[in-house]
Amino acid sequence: MTHGPMRLDTASAGPAGVTAAAPAAAGARRRRPGRKWPAKQLLGVAGILGFLLTWEAIPRLGLIEARFLPPASEVIAALAVDLQLVAFWAAVGETLLAWFLGLASAMVLALVAGFVVGSSHFLRRFTNSTVEFLRPIPSVALIPLAVLLFGVKIQSSILLIVYAAFWQVFIQVLYGVADVDNVAMQTARSYGLPAAARVRYVVFPTALPYLMTGVRLAASVALILAITAELVIGSPGLGREIALAQSGGAISGMYALILATGLIGVLINLLMRFIERKTLSWHSSIRSEVIV
Amino acid sequence: MRIAKGVLYILGLPALLVLIWWASTLGAKSFFVPTPGTLATTFAETWFGERIFSDVAPSILRLLVGVSAAIIVGILAGLLIGSAKWLRALTEPVLEFFRAVPPPVLVPVLMLLMGISDSMKVVVIISGCIWPVLLNTVEGVRAIDGVLSDSAQTYGISGWARVRYLVLPSAGPQILAGVRQCLSIGLILMVISEMFASSSGLGFTIVQFQRSFAVPEMWSGIVILGLIGVALSFIFQFTERRILRWYHGLREVENAV
Repeated sequence: MTHGPMRLDTASAGPAGVTAAAPAAAGARRRRPGRKWPAKQLLGVAGILGFLLTWEAIPRLGLIEARFLPPASEVIAALAVDLQLVAFWAAVGETLLAWFLGLASAMVLALVAGFVVGSSHFLRRFTNSTVEFLRPIPSVALIPLAVLLFGVKIQSSILLIVYAAFWQVFIQVLYGVADVDNVAMQTARSYGLPAAARVRYVVFPTALPYLMTGVRLAASVALILAITAELVIGSPGLGREIALAQSGGAISGMYALILATGLIGVLINLLMRFIERKTLSWHSSIRSEVIV
Repeated sequence: MRIAKGVLYILGLPALLVLIWWASTLGAKSFFVPTPGTLATTFAETWFGERIFSDVAPSILRLLVGVSAAIIVGILAGLLIGSAKWLRALTEPVLEFFRAVPPPVLVPVLMLLMGISDSMKVVVIISGCIWPVLLNTVEGVRAIDGVLSDSAQTYGISGWARVRYLVLPSAGPQILAGVRQCLSIGLILMVISEMFASSSGLGFTIVQFQRSFAVPEMWSGIVILGLIGVALSFIFQFTERRILRWYHGLREVENAV
């Protein structure tokens, strides 16, 4: 919801600031694209190195015992070993499968429900109180139910993921459908576009940016829930491997797996941002033209 | 008439759903689904006794302590990082990584480092909740309007006054978006830390019910978690509307034009 205006703000701050190019100190400090980029990335790398060095130093200096927090080098070595194991990739596959199936079904459900509810004023008001009540229910509350219904199978993870991801997308789709421009809609009507075509050419493009925001949020929530379900319930995947490594005393292995989940999270974030940029390239370009 | 219609809109669907639930559990006795009546009586019996003090109150207290600490630390660190460009560039990749780590995996780590205790659970909540607040604050501070920032500088507004009257208000909407995420993550972590390693608390009790196949009691636990979630979201919405009243007003004016 907040993303529309935020993008607007940054877009207007960017080009307008550069064109001024005053020789004053403040102007020189502001963006100079050619020089800023590599420096920024170097600093980022330095930040990562600094973090790893601190991590390495803490157990080496004995601030925390190495059997509780192994040095970074050991954990990275353990991760490198993991990367060659079939079992590790199988666990990654299980986690990502649950993530994908859960996210995809939540998306389809939310899209259909959002379009149906959003397009009718009556339905929107009628369902509002129920949605506002069901939405904040934490999906971990469903863990016991999932265990009773499905046991330690992948369906348990998917149930939790679908519940958590559904609301993120559904709410955004509702906002998006409500945002349809009246003039565009009436034009479509007077040109005699049938209902299906109106949804395809008027409602869908309006709702798409909202939908993408919802999907991006839902993707990271879905990963959290996938790992949680595996950790707590014991359905197959990385989370269960973490719990096993912890109870088995394979501490470096546990940290390596946690590192792996973090990296998967980063990859998912990057992927989602990429997809968002691709699907909405037309949208932001139109916006920045209007502003300038 | 108008009010009656409003009430009908609010209560219509919930009443309908409960009616369907009641009707479908009327004939066949399902093991998994209790009737509305059974659930209501179990709910009252289970939670309105000593459990309120032994399980519910400590859980909520831990949640509140953890979330408020995360919000305060997150905003302070976010202001610091957001106001220095080099610091932002230095910390960005590491912070992005920490945000991407699913918070529940912190439970086993902190169990190792701190043992199983109340403070471990609070630290779990803090270390999971802090990232959305921190990163949103950084982003909000970064995106301060250039003209406003320059005007503040020209007028010699600096230090605390600058933070109070320029930085916090303009980053406010972003920060509160982070706080909203932080609340739901906090609730998840509260439940999980208790399910994983505890001998009291809501999460522990609900898992106990599930393991002993006390199905109506388990459902009543799900209901109470839901109620806590709803209560938190109402409190948040109320506070947000008060803090950001100027912002919502501004948006309305802008949208109207």
